[in-house]
Amino acid sequence: MNSATPACITFDALSAGYERPVVGPVSFAVGADEVVALWGENGSGKTTLLNTAAGAVRIFGGRLVKRPGLRVSHQQQQALPIAGIPLSGRELFGLTGATPDHLPAPLVPLLDRRLSELSGGQLQLLQVFACLRAPADLVLLDEPTNNVDPGSVTLLVDALRNARGGRAVLFVSHDRRFVDAVADRVIEVGAP
Amino acid sequence: MNWDAVLDPLFFTPFVTGLLFAAVLPVLGMYLRLREEWLAALSFAQLAAAGSLVFAVLDWPVLAGGLVTAGTAAAFKSWLAASGNNGYALLMVAGWAVALLTLANVPAADHLGHALFDGQLYFTGAGHLWSIGVYAIVAAVALRALSRSLLLERVFPNTLRANDRPAARVHLAFDVLIATGLALATATIGVMAAFALVFVPSMIAYRWGRSWKRALVIASVTSVASYVAAFEVALVNDQPFGPVLVLALVAAATVSWAGWRLTHR
Repeated sequence: MNSATPACITFDALSAGYERPVVGPVSFAVGADEVVALWGENGSGKTTLLNTAAGAVRIFGGRLVKRPGLRVSHQQQQALPIAGIPLSGRELFGLTGATPDHLPAPLVPLLDRRLSELSGGQLQLLQVFACLRAPADLVLLDEPTNNVDPGSVTLLVDALRNARGGRAVLFVSHDRRFVDAVADRVIEVGAP
Repeated sequence: MNWDAVLDPLFFTPFVTGLLFAAVLPVLGMYLRLREEWLAALSFAQLAAAGSLVFAVLDWPVLAGGLVTAGTAAAFKSWLAASGNNGYALLMVAGWAVALLTLANVPAADHLGHALFDGQLYFTGAGHLWSIGVYAIVAAVALRALSRSLLLERVFPNTLRANDRPAARVHLAFDVLIATGLALATATIGVMAAFALVFVPSMIAYRWGRSWKRALVIASVTSVASYVAAFEVALVNDQPFGPVLVLALVAAATVSWAGWRLTHR
C-alpha cells in the first residue's frame, strides 16, 4: 500500500473461520484507491478473508480495522439467490444504489429483463457491475470472472481499471491473467 | 356486478373493508414469499384466532386478543432470531391447538370461533373499516421504508451486515407489520381467506412479474379482481364469503397456471 494513502481496511494478524480458523494469521491493508487481489490455492481461505471484510465470518485472533463509516458492496461467489424472484436488472442496480448510466453496451439490454431469464454469465456481469457502481468505499468481489466469456472479461478489466478514484477493490480470482491485468498488488494467501 | 347491493349501506362498509384487505394482503404476501416465510400468514392468522377466542372467554376486547397474541409471537420470533418456515409452523400448530381447546371447553366461544374461522365480512362495521384504513397507510409507509432492506438481504445477503446496518430491526418491524395485518384480517374475513389473500396472488405474481414493481401490481390486481367477483357471487347466492373468496383465488391460480403452460411450452 502506498504509505501516503490512508487504509480503508486493515487485517492485523487476523485469523478467521467458521467453527475453527481456516485462514491466517494474515496482515495487510487496502488503501482507499487500491485494487488488491487475494491469490492462493483452492481451500487457502481467500473467500473466507473476503467474507471477513464483509463481517460474515468469525474472527478468532487479531483485528479487522475498518475506517469509520466505511461503505461496502459485496459480490459473492455463489450465484445470485434470485430463483423465482421477479426482479429486473434495473432493480438489481437500484438495490446496491448503483447507477446504470453509461454501462457497457452489451449490458444495457439486460437492465429491463427479468434476472431469472438471463444466462449465468449475463447475471454475473450485472451482479459485478451493480457492486462496482454502488456508492461504496470498498468493493469486495469474489471470482468476478466466473461464467464470463473472454470478451466480457475485457469489460470487467476496463471497469476495474477505471474503478479507482477514492474507491478500493479487494477481490479473489483464480484467473492469473485477470489478476495481473487489474491488480495493483497481490496478496498470497495460505492456509494456517 | 350488482352495484345496487354493494352500494346498499348494509353492505357498503363490508365491501370497502374487504377491498382494502384485498389490496394490502397480497403485497405483504410478496415480501413473505421473498423471505420464504409464506407460512407466516397462516401462522399469525391461527394465533390471532386463538388469542381472540381466549380474550373473548375472559370478556376482554376480541380484536385486542388477536393483535396482542400475533404481535407477541412476532416479537418472540424476532428475539429468537428464528427465520424460515419452521418457527412459523410451530406457532401455527400451537395456535390451532389453543383455539380448538378453547372451543371444546367453553361453549360460549363457539359462535365467535365460527366467525373467525369462516369469516364474518358481512358483519363488519365502521371500526373494522377504520382499522384497515389506518393499517393500509401504516403498511404503505413501512413497506416503502423496509422494501430495499428486505430485497437487499435476500439478493445480497452480506450487504446489511457489511455496512453495520442492523438487520434485526428490519426483521422485527416486518414481523410486527405482518402479525398486525393478519390479526386484523382474521377478525374480518377469517383465517383461511386471510391466508389465501396473502398466498395465492403473490404466487401468481411471482410467475408473471417481469420486475418486482410489476409483480406487486399483478398481485394486488389479481387479488382485488378475485375479491370483487367473490363478493358478488357470495352476496347474490347467499353463500359464506370466506370459502367463495378462496375458491375465486384458486380459480385465478388455475387460470394462471394454464395460461403459463400454454404460452411457455
